[in-house]
Amino acid sequence: MSSVSGPGAGLSLHGIRVEDTFAEAFDMAGTALVLTAETAHWAMVAATTMTGFATSVIGCGAEAGIDAVLAPDETPDGRPGVRVLLFGFDADGLKGQLLRRVGQCVLTSPGSACYAGIAWDDPNRGKALKLGGAIRYFGDGFSVAKRLGGRRYWRTPVMDGEFLCEHSVPTITGAVGGGNLLFLGRDFRGTLTVAEAAVEAARAVPGAILPFPGGIVRSGSKVGGRTRGMMASTNDAYCPTLKGRAGSALPPEVDVVLEIVIDALSAGSVAAAMRAALHAATGIGAAHGLVAVTAGHYGGNLGRHHFHLRDLLGEAA
Amino acid sequence: MSTLTLREPPPERLDLGGLTPALLASLSEAEAARLPVGTSRRGLVLGDCFGIALDGSDTLTLAGGHERLDRVGAGLESGTLVVEGDVGQRLGQDMTGGTLRVAGSAGPFAGTAARGGTITVAGDAGEGAGGALHGAMAGLDGATLVIGGRTGARLGDRMRRGLILAGAAGDHAGSRMIAGTLVAGRVGDHPGYGMRRGTLLVEAHGALLPSFAETGTQDLVFLRLLAATLRPLSARFADLARRALTRHGGDLATLGKGELFAPLS
Repeated sequence: MSSVSGPGAGLSLHGIRVEDTFAEAFDMAGTALVLTAETAHWAMVAATTMTGFATSVIGCGAEAGIDAVLAPDETPDGRPGVRVLLFGFDADGLKGQLLRRVGQCVLTSPGSACYAGIAWDDPNRGKALKLGGAIRYFGDGFSVAKRLGGRRYWRTPVMDGEFLCEHSVPTITGAVGGGNLLFLGRDFRGTLTVAEAAVEAARAVPGAILPFPGGIVRSGSKVGGRTRGMMASTNDAYCPTLKGRAGSALPPEVDVVLEIVIDALSAGSVAAAMRAALHAATGIGAAHGLVAVTAGHYGGNLGRHHFHLRDLLGEAA
Repeated sequence: MSTLTLREPPPERLDLGGLTPALLASLSEAEAARLPVGTSRRGLVLGDCFGIALDGSDTLTLAGGHERLDRVGAGLESGTLVVEGDVGQRLGQDMTGGTLRVAGSAGPFAGTAARGGTITVAGDAGEGAGGALHGAMAGLDGATLVIGGRTGARLGDRMRRGLILAGAAGDHAGSRMIAGTLVAGRVGDHPGYGMRRGTLLVEAHGALLPSFAETGTQDLVFLRLLAATLRPLSARFADLARRALTRHGGDLATLGKGELFAPLS
């Protein structure tokens, strides 16, 4: 996802060079859902299915991932659950993706139920998106609404009983997408281990997801390309096979680069996830051939949020 | 806490509609004493029947009660109104918020057309509790009505939304329901007569209408949410919602989107 990275200026963490640059991130429309099922397994099936093919909003329409596994006492209906986050360019685009994904992946999953994952009294609550109120048309006139505890649900008859879905779900204002870190390493296996540790640390931050496969993207991109009409193309400055050419950003000892991308419900969560990832990666970096950590931006003029790595070196306040 | 003390059984039915804590807080005791409450040519005013002690608070206590006190708490929007005895008909009619508590029993049509707030009756309630007045479009319309004792016939008749809990009810509980949720102990014959939508959850019932069809014993997710909603109001009924229940769908003589849950027999 990165295109340009600034030159290094002597920063380091755990003995690993950290370039004095920033990740450029964007405002997004975001929401959260709580999916429940009879068992934790089937809640996870619904969650993984509805967050599939959601790595990049450009190609997939949405970016989505699993935020947390919820114990029965943390869900509205007292069953095992999973909290998923979904991000789109804007509320309208998000609504379309939400409907498709819940309609095709959650409604269809045995025993599932679907609730808003953002509290209705959240101070950052944004526009509400109609969800159950639209899914109910699948019920062909047999769906019934039920208002309980101040929240409105739709009960749609399905072949295993009923699909229960909250009438609408709130979006959150202040959602941010595109926080990122690039790990420059000496070999593939070591760098993958470093990136995996970074993903695990970032995913532990509440309200943050890493939408790429396993949280990692190996095909970082730049804006535009030499082929006319390409919106994005490979981030040639960080491709090791293009070392030695004009424009390569890689020193000779770097043979592989892996990137992580973070979306979160707030800029603070992006920063927290980047900080956790940076510390986890550099902490084991020396043992796994990590050479440097950097971040991607687009010159700073496209995204409103700049996460400077310099600010993430210390422990969280 | 402001207090109205009933001096003696009223000589006629009194209409206490609109006598809310908010109204009395805006009046002096002398002004309050002149409020008309009579329903005959006698022209009774509040001061004729009640000792009045006001302190401007949002809690009003009616010390003493009588089945001739009609429309107690009607139009209540906020605050708390406590009745230390019985009340007459149309308790809490059209109320939109606040809390209404009756230590005794209530006459017919308690909670009719109430859109918000909570009404609690410790004793019994007459017929048509949470039901529609004659010719009215809807009964209970969003409020919560909790009756500790027994209610008469047609509990929740034409109820439109909200929640009713009753210790027991007579025949035709949930008749003509438009929507909403009604939970009760034993109810009489023909529950849900003509109901269009809505949920009846009862411990036991009399004869069922032939236009209710058994649909099985699925453990529907919504029953878990209902149990959680009921838990603060009644552990007995919250537990009922989590028992193994048989569901009947009806009334199939009308829209048929209603349902009756009762424990497996």
